Amino acid sequence: MSKYIKFFIVGIVFGIILVKSEAVSWYRIFEMFKFQSFHMYGIMGSAVTTGILLLLISKKLKIKTIDDQYIKVPKKATGFKRYIIGGSIFGLGWALAGACPGPMYILVGTGVFSILIVIAAAILGTYSYGVLKDKLPH
Amino acid sequence: MEYLLQPWPWYISGPLIALIMFTLLYFGRTFGMSSNLRTLCAIGGAGKKVSFFKFDWKAQRWNLIVVLGAIIGGFIAQHLLSNPTDIKLNQQTITDLTALGFKDIGKTLLPAELFSWENVFTIKGMLILIIGGFLVGFGTRYAGGCTSGHAITGLSSLQLPSLIAVIGFFIGGLIMIHLIYPILF
Repeated sequence: MSKYIKFFIVGIVFGIILVKSEAVSWYRIFEMFKFQSFHMYGIMGSAVTTGILLLLISKKLKIKTIDDQYIKVPKKATGFKRYIIGGSIFGLGWALAGACPGPMYILVGTGVFSILIVIAAAILGTYSYGVLKDKLPH
Repeated sequence: MEYLLQPWPWYISGPLIALIMFTLLYFGRTFGMSSNLRTLCAIGGAGKKVSFFKFDWKAQRWNLIVVLGAIIGGFIAQHLLSNPTDIKLNQQTITDLTALGFKDIGKTLLPAELFSWENVFTIKGMLILIIGGFLVGFGTRYAGGCTSGHAITGLSSLQLPSLIAVIGFFIGGLIMIHLIYPILF
């Protein structure tokens, strides 16, 4: 059990950040796709910039994980179709429901229980992908 | 404390999200929220019928614990770490939403027009949440990641597939908000 506590804490902090930054808000997503605010672009831009720096630094300093391995991000499979088509489908849903997978769970904690319908539908969507996977272009 | 209770600016929130990603890497794991949807399918027994769900989901338990924490974090932030303030949206956004028939814009995290039970239990309201959720769940697995896996982790590690996926996210999002929303509302 104790090995899971650190993940629990990471989750709590993640949930707090996403609520306090308002990134879980449907309104912020709407505003972002309307290009009417820098807020979400600022969040993502500064997250990616910091992420790039952290990964560069950890490589330079040869920082190791708790399992004594070098820190490494798994490589995504090469491809184009699955990323552009899958990504666009995701984007349609993200803008429609105003929530991507992280915020979906977090919003349950904020007390918006109708988001459970979105989560259930997302599970069904993932299941459907699993069923159709071999018939889809990747 | 006063600072903590106000909404956090982007230049604080963004780097903190990167730290979350990095902490998980340090723990030998990868930041990716949508994988949990696949894990939940596997726990539900989908592996018996569909090979895509036949994997050792127990190795993914740590990620479900992150989700559990995130739910608690959402509760803490909303109920213990917030002064009630409106979301400071752009005036044009408010004007646009008013034109679409939205009220009380930015007073809560989510609009009642989509998430109040009263509206959820209309055919249109229910379809919006179900179709929205379905597309997110389908698309994220098809693309092999969501905002956390591609936009944050993938872009931070300079991976081309993630850039293509993020471009896809925006193609879909822009079509929805600019072309489909005006028809829906």
